[in-house]
Amino acid sequence: MSTKNAIEVSHLTKRFGQKTVVDDISFNVRQGEVFGLLGPNGAGKTTTLRMMTTLLKADAGQVTIFGHDTVKEGRLARSMFGLTGQYASVDEDISARENLMIFSRLNGLSRTAAKQRTTELLAEFSLEESADKALKNFSGGMRRRLDLAVSLITRPTLIFLDEPTTGLDPRTRAQMWTTIRQLVKQGSTIVLTTQYLEEADQLADNLAIIDHGKLVKMGTPAELKEQIGGARLAFTVSQEDQVQPAVQLLTGQVTGVIQQTGQQLSVPLKQITQLPPILAALKQAQIMISHLSVKEPSLDDVFMNLTVGKN
Amino acid sequence: MDVRMHKGNVVMNTATMAYRNLLKTIHNPDSFMDVVIQPVMFMLMFGYLFGGAIAGGVRAYLPTIVPGILIQTMLSAGTGSGAQIREDLDSGVFDRFKSLPMAHIAPLAGQLFADSLRLLLATITSLTTGYLMGWRPAVGFKWVVVIGLLAIFTGWALSWIFALLGLLAKSAASVQSLSLMTMLVLSFMSNAFVPLHSLTKPLRFIANLNPVTYVITAIRQILATGGWTHEALLVVVFDVIIVAIFAPLAVWAYDRN
Repeated sequence: MSTKNAIEVSHLTKRFGQKTVVDDISFNVRQGEVFGLLGPNGAGKTTTLRMMTTLLKADAGQVTIFGHDTVKEGRLARSMFGLTGQYASVDEDISARENLMIFSRLNGLSRTAAKQRTTELLAEFSLEESADKALKNFSGGMRRRLDLAVSLITRPTLIFLDEPTTGLDPRTRAQMWTTIRQLVKQGSTIVLTTQYLEEADQLADNLAIIDHGKLVKMGTPAELKEQIGGARLAFTVSQEDQVQPAVQLLTGQVTGVIQQTGQQLSVPLKQITQLPPILAALKQAQIMISHLSVKEPSLDDVFMNLTVGKN
Repeated sequence: MDVRMHKGNVVMNTATMAYRNLLKTIHNPDSFMDVVIQPVMFMLMFGYLFGGAIAGGVRAYLPTIVPGILIQTMLSAGTGSGAQIREDLDSGVFDRFKSLPMAHIAPLAGQLFADSLRLLLATITSLTTGYLMGWRPAVGFKWVVVIGLLAIFTGWALSWIFALLGLLAKSAASVQSLSLMTMLVLSFMSNAFVPLHSLTKPLRFIANLNPVTYVITAIRQILATGGWTHEALLVVVFDVIIVAIFAPLAVWAYDRN
């Protein structure tokens, strides 16, 4: 293999009482890539991440980080990554500067080095103006930025991000994505969990889809989207007797199943460029339509698609 | 790769964590209110309510009640540490502490060292209130400092027990209520507020089993005789044993969390 693995996860399992929350999950994360763990709430993403970052003991299975076992060499493994948790894991009661200072010191930096790194990170994450204010007055985005800054104190080459943009407004989310892309450019390996398909699509090189604790599917976002199918075109045929002619007309134009619910039709689209010819054909056949919409596949569709017959 | 390996400097980590907790309390002076208001309130209430009935006057009651309320305040300050640890654990910031390559006792020890400031403040408030109400220990200031330190050390040792409670409990609220009950039972079922000979036999038996009774007796003896006593030494030894047992247990519970 040409690229080395940053992380190897094999047969990882965690039970809480009777419930198996993470069920025999195995995957590798290559150095320098963004690896996404995608799944709905309660799928086991965070539990998996917590085991990978030594916060939780696995019931079975093994995780190695740059070749070091997270159980046997926990301390060494811990020194090799930065972690940004789902809930802001910074101190609410103290200022941004104090947070960075304290975490720098806890990471083993000398007082002078800690001061220098704090100044650097405050600048890098545009937090200088609010550096000495209590975090209570911080916006969600600022808090996440500080959180990420704290994770980067030791310049780890491996960074874990647990739902980095959950609860952020679209603008702040885009800022976070830019920051993550910059980290990748600097050569970091990133493991992130997300419930947003769009986020996984935007950032991840490789994805593992997790549902009910099981690894359902792995691949690149492009591969997965192909599996799910693309967007769907939905519209209502205005006159009842024109529904069947419309279905017949479109069957020749698209691949995949056309779903019909009363006078509503849902047509799979491989590409958005298929839209004009379809509309043109309908117009030519003098079929009147209304309530037209194009729906991108949602995470729900992914799970519907991937877990059919399994549950 | 710029990864700084860390030698697990326990003392340094603990000092940093203590600094963190100090910063937290400085940013939130409200957190001192309980240890400041409670001893003043209890000293005034108990002194003026029961002084006449129990000792024939407030002034005569003070040598009994000042050590009693001092230790009661130490107990409740200790319960505060337990609740604070639970709150911290639930806040997510402890996840980061745990993911750092540092000594696992540091977050706990840091908290408890920073909390000794609360204990110190509580001690000063208790003794000053007593003084303002007319308490004049004959043995001089030096021995007042000694009993102050003895009380603080005892409070600090006890806070390891409450820390363990905090780590094992489900929520900060449950720590608070459990600790409050423990505190009330321990302080009232002792010689803190009433002379032992006034108690019924079964009650006296319980009070004699209560470690709080021994701490208060030791303090009263020092204040009465102006010398270090055998009982005081026993209290110190007992405190050391508590820390030796409960500090490792707390770290174990912390790792388990």
